[in-house]
Amino acid sequence: MDTTFERSYLKTPKGLASWLFTLDHKRIGLLYLFGIMGAFLIGGVFALLVRLELFGPDKTLMDADTYNQFFTLHGAIMIFMFIIPSIPATLGNFLLPQMIGARDVAFPRLNLLSWYVYIFGSVFAVYSIAAGGVDTGWTFYTPYSTESTGAVISMTLGIFILGFSSIFTGLNFIVTIHKMRLPGLTWYKLPLFVWGLYATAIIQVLATPVLGITLLLLIMERTFGIGIFDPAMGGDPVLYQHFFWFYSHPAVYIMILPGMGIISELIAVFSHRRIFGYKAIAYSSLAIAFVSFLVWGHHMFTSGQSELAATIFSFLTFLVGIPSGIKVFNWLATLYKGKITLDTPMLYALSFLFLFTIGGLTGVFLGALAVDVHLHDTYFVVAHFHYVMMGGTVMAFLGGLHYWWSKMWGRHYSERWAKITCALIFIGFNVTFFSQFFLGAKGMPRRYYNYLDQFQPLHAFSSVGSLILGAGFVVMAVYLIFSIFKGRRAGTNPWGAMTLEWTNPTPPPPENFTEPPRLEYGPYDYDRVAVERTDT
Amino acid sequence: MTADHAHDRPGPLAHHFTELEQQSDSVKMGMWIFLLTEILLFGGLFVAYTVFRAWNEEMFINAHKFLDIYLGTINTIVLISSSATVALAIRAVQIGDRRKAVILLTATLALAVVFLVVKYFEYSHKFHLGQLPGKYYTFTGVEGSNPHIFFGIYFATTGLHGLHVLGGIIVLGWMLFRTARGDFSPEYHTPLEAAGLYWHLVDMIWIYLFPLLYLIG
Repeated sequence: MDTTFERSYLKTPKGLASWLFTLDHKRIGLLYLFGIMGAFLIGGVFALLVRLELFGPDKTLMDADTYNQFFTLHGAIMIFMFIIPSIPATLGNFLLPQMIGARDVAFPRLNLLSWYVYIFGSVFAVYSIAAGGVDTGWTFYTPYSTESTGAVISMTLGIFILGFSSIFTGLNFIVTIHKMRLPGLTWYKLPLFVWGLYATAIIQVLATPVLGITLLLLIMERTFGIGIFDPAMGGDPVLYQHFFWFYSHPAVYIMILPGMGIISELIAVFSHRRIFGYKAIAYSSLAIAFVSFLVWGHHMFTSGQSELAATIFSFLTFLVGIPSGIKVFNWLATLYKGKITLDTPMLYALSFLFLFTIGGLTGVFLGALAVDVHLHDTYFVVAHFHYVMMGGTVMAFLGGLHYWWSKMWGRHYSERWAKITCALIFIGFNVTFFSQFFLGAKGMPRRYYNYLDQFQPLHAFSSVGSLILGAGFVVMAVYLIFSIFKGRRAGTNPWGAMTLEWTNPTPPPPENFTEPPRLEYGPYDYDRVAVERTDT
Repeated sequence: MTADHAHDRPGPLAHHFTELEQQSDSVKMGMWIFLLTEILLFGGLFVAYTVFRAWNEEMFINAHKFLDIYLGTINTIVLISSSATVALAIRAVQIGDRRKAVILLTATLALAVVFLVVKYFEYSHKFHLGQLPGKYYTFTGVEGSNPHIFFGIYFATTGLHGLHVLGGIIVLGWMLFRTARGDFSPEYHTPLEAAGLYWHLVDMIWIYLFPLLYLIG
């Protein structure tokens, strides 16, 4: 009998209630994992339906109103219910206390509450589908969002509530990182994933309340017509855009920063090399968090803001490239002369490097004022965004999920199927979105239901790619779920990694460490200490 | 060690902290971060106020005359006093005087209720005159552009603040109950301190709202 398994957090204590009322950060991480996977499934189905409709011009599958609702729901669900909580609330929750040698996060009850708040907010958001749908786009721009007959209030209320869940997680992580570290685990000895979570948490705490008040004002605008966003009543719709992007631009760094943290871990472990430029990577996370608050105006280059403001915002936007570039070059320098092993997590990390670089560089195009006038609101933006968010964050999330999968479940997935799937996803992703750069540059506007015949080949190409991508995720779901029940039993440290979470039993006991964790080496001391792979 | 993750040690120290000081520091830090989010939440409204005051300067000055400066002043004194009583209540717990702490917390709650009652009279007077936000605005006595915007912002800011006062009443009521029950001691009274911090913030926001709405021009 496998006593480690019986004593692990997965089996002790048993019963549904012990999961629903758990205060264990690892179980809460898994609860979040189920939640965001549900959201990813719904958002993904909407994405495929949108792509199928766009396979040909005119009506292919659905009418224009339905199409408007589907792309809105795809965006809102993927952003607020999937990608924002994805890495911090699942992997972050599961790993943070283990990585810093703590027994739990600082506020376990707040942690559980954040999950219930997440579910509660998601119910509102999903209810809006039943209550007539929303067709405003995920940005809810006024004045359309105040006039649309869709269920805007239940959707925005849902997102308002989801914001609290995000704030609770961020607040919890900041306090945890400050106060719960093992004595002797100083800031520069922390794994870079923890630095990534820290920078993310700062943005979650500082930006999300502004989204909260924005959506409250939007709800007031719809219910009482207070008129502050309505030009007919002396209000200003551009003010709404300022409010909205003051949150939503930093929010894209909520999405990418924890992903960058994962990549730092993966690149070091699978190169078996000390990470190059530890402090530069750590501080560049904080730099990105800081600069993220100063660039929101680049979403409004064509909305009628002053030219001076636009110029300043354009300049500040270019600054984001510096810390991002620092990270990419440090990762490359870590790979250089490393003993690289190409396990599945590393394949995702390399995909990230490739795709994120494309996404980042095309972001510079969009940040340049004159170029943006041409590319604004075209498929170029759609492609850029998906390269950063899906090619960046989702690839990092998948890499992290595979890397820590055995720690979570105590079992291995099928390496062969995982590699095939990684290839499917990489190919499907590029077919879907690389073509959209061309569409956008040729003038295809985003969110349009119909288009000129000349765009049809590229649209069809992109739609085929989305089917490959979808097939990849179906295969992944099958082999991952299969592995939970039938996978090969995993050992304590199958990758030979040096961070603390690989020193405790797999899967970990409820209290994380059976004996007090000791700091014998730093997280990246590959040049100093040889750590054995233990996988039986 | 039991497998159950809930409290498995007696006393106020939760299972995942090693000592009470660490727990107390964590709770206070968490509360400060929460207060930061509150400031940013209201920050959006302060930005809206600034923008629309800059665009409608005369109207703001004309409209603010319809706010009752006496009731506003009374409420300011009421809230500042309640901040003082909650601080004194914490002091009383620190020196182990539970009876005094209970009296002071009761006084804090009473003052908070007074604030809301005064607010109720102010609101109902404005409803009566038709000084309502946005499209429900029917009052004709204010000169200048877009007077409904002033009252929209007035109701949005003071309304959100009022909800925070209501939240404070619930939190302080719970703290009063726990103090009376004897949960707190000179060594351990972190929840009460955290609740006090929150109450001071509610007070602080009013101290900015009061001059911006009642004392301009």
